[in-house]
Amino acid sequence: MSADPKVFLMGEEVGEYQGAYKISKGLLEKYGPDRVVDTPITEAGFTGIGVGAAYYGLRPVIEFMTFNFSMQAIDHIINSAAKSNYMSAGQISVPIVFRGPNGAAAGVGAQHSQCYAAWYASCPGLKVLVPYSSEDARGLLKAAIRDPDPVVFLENELLYGESFPVSAETLDSSFCLPIGKAKIEREGKDVTITAFSKMVGYALQAADILAKEGISAEVINLRSIRPLDRSTINASVRKTNRLITVEEGFPQHGIGAEICASVLEDSFEYLDAPVERIAGADVPMPYAANLERISVPQVEDILQLTKVGRRLICKKTNEAE
Amino acid sequence: MAQLTRRTTDLLKPFSAALSSTRLLTTTSTTPITVETSLPFTGHKIDPPSRSVETTPQELMNFFRDMALMRRMEIAADSLYKAKLIRGFCHLYDGQEAVSVGMEAAITKKDCIITAYRDHCIFLGRGGTLLECFAELMGRKDGCSKGKGGSMHFYKKDSGFYGGHGIVGAQIPLGCGLAFAQKYSKDENVTFAMYGDGAANQGQLFEALNMAALWDLPAILVCENNHYGMGTAEWRAAKSPAYYKRGDYVPGLKANGMDAFAVKQACKFAKEHALKNGPIILEMDTYRYHGHSMSDPGSTYRTRDEISGVRQERDPIERIRKLVLSHDLATEKELKDIEKEVRKEVDEAIAQAKESPMPDPSELFTNVHVKGFGVEAFGADRKELRAVLP
Repeated sequence: MSADPKVFLMGEEVGEYQGAYKISKGLLEKYGPDRVVDTPITEAGFTGIGVGAAYYGLRPVIEFMTFNFSMQAIDHIINSAAKSNYMSAGQISVPIVFRGPNGAAAGVGAQHSQCYAAWYASCPGLKVLVPYSSEDARGLLKAAIRDPDPVVFLENELLYGESFPVSAETLDSSFCLPIGKAKIEREGKDVTITAFSKMVGYALQAADILAKEGISAEVINLRSIRPLDRSTINASVRKTNRLITVEEGFPQHGIGAEICASVLEDSFEYLDAPVERIAGADVPMPYAANLERISVPQVEDILQLTKVGRRLICKKTNEAE
Repeated sequence: MAQLTRRTTDLLKPFSAALSSTRLLTTTSTTPITVETSLPFTGHKIDPPSRSVETTPQELMNFFRDMALMRRMEIAADSLYKAKLIRGFCHLYDGQEAVSVGMEAAITKKDCIITAYRDHCIFLGRGGTLLECFAELMGRKDGCSKGKGGSMHFYKKDSGFYGGHGIVGAQIPLGCGLAFAQKYSKDENVTFAMYGDGAANQGQLFEALNMAALWDLPAILVCENNHYGMGTAEWRAAKSPAYYKRGDYVPGLKANGMDAFAVKQACKFAKEHALKNGPIILEMDTYRYHGHSMSDPGSTYRTRDEISGVRQERDPIERIRKLVLSHDLATEKELKDIEKEVRKEVDEAIAQAKESPMPDPSELFTNVHVKGFGVEAFGADRKELRAVLP
């Protein structure tokens, strides 16, 4: 916002309330009400207004209090934003960012817990970014705002409270991450685990436990769901020959399904075992704590795939020793 | 528009023709004429403007020619559709020309217009060419959207035309967004967000209007009430078909949309209002001769008598013709000549558009993004890879 006067933030409670999750704390005071705009609870209306402002040349950042409410505005995201550059053969570009928390939180129930990564990532014309760490959040959000195309930026409510170590480079004001590139969070040899958002943390925990059992897991933080970094994923699978995809959202037609298909197309001969998908349970999110716990993937779910008797046996590191 | 180039070619014509041209030229100075609108305006929470509209002979002649051109274009599009050269959807504007022409007379190209899918004539009014229209309709590369948009997706950003939208009602919040951006940029211009009586019931209209009023956006919502939302008459769709009143706390003005001068006056009034006081709703009482689209005969939900009645009593072009004749600005023959010229212009544009080739298959993958990062995009066969823009 300080670099470009055309950037403005619009959404519910972003101004005087300091942000529903305090993400925009202090921005109203710093930039004023013209650039930090509180809206009524009318997603279809303010999303359309944001897209119209982007048509004119401004660079809006539209906040959804959670992406569940983006469904009220999804026509504007898809039909008014994503497709415009194509339908107008380049005349009308839409430099807009739609951001907010996505996926499950804690005990918020079925209508407030859905993950929208798969829905938005299937649409040509959109870019879909998903940060995990603080470095991701800073670098990817800046890239998203600078990008001339519509970007869906899926954050995570539970990750807002987590701290991550950051390098001096990350703190520099010009720090930006590339769109379309995944990050190998942890290198490994025996199995590839792809994940995004909160699940990256779980995958890393699983990798730590697996390392003690002599299995070296490579954890890929996808960062960019659309465009998907197929080359990093495939290069990794060609190295490890085994793949686990992890996501929080519903399993059918999910991110794991796309990654699995991509790997089958590009690296079939390299697979030593079928691709395994870990995803949320195929049910609307329940409220009761114990049911909620078994509706989202846990670290144990990733681990039990590598146990004896499962298809994905990884023993390479042991053999090397 | 093509208007100005024609005037210079008139000057080069031989003496006999120049005689009639000369008469046009002496009266085509900006000698002001005052015209009364056919009906008074009705206001909602606002005092309506006067029925007396200032105009000039030049403007009257322009109105006639421009509307004749639009009418001819739409009728030609009808034939092209029946000849299967235009595919998919084709929503024609004949009967409603006065709204586009009157609006253009009141505003500049720095003001923005956004509309739904009945956009061919609005595009022309904003400065689009016939070739761009017909080529786009026929899906050729010389179309305004290079053949990738089609009938419902015409755009001309450099003269403030933002489309061309297929989802009923979506253009209204988008239009309020344009107004938001105009205010943010301190541009002192306005946006006209056009919609029909069908879209007038959309929730997003009221969401956007609320915000436009809260933030004093220079947004003018223009309801082109042609009394039918596809096949549903207004009384079957709206509990209150007084669309100019539906803004409740937002003032409204109703005008006769078949009278280009009423439209001009209403738009001028609205622009002044919006720049000072925020949003206003305009209702243009108009009519479409064709059905909703080319797949609708338009006669199952209304009588042929009604359609021909409107054509007889309220046709916008006839109204201007009578004004031109009564002010002695041209003879009947001269007006018919203009119509012949216009017909020829349209025919030539169609011939040229037919020559335009279809877009190259590589265009399938262009413009998906502005910045594509060299990402692979797949065609239906999944074998051919095309890198999207770097």
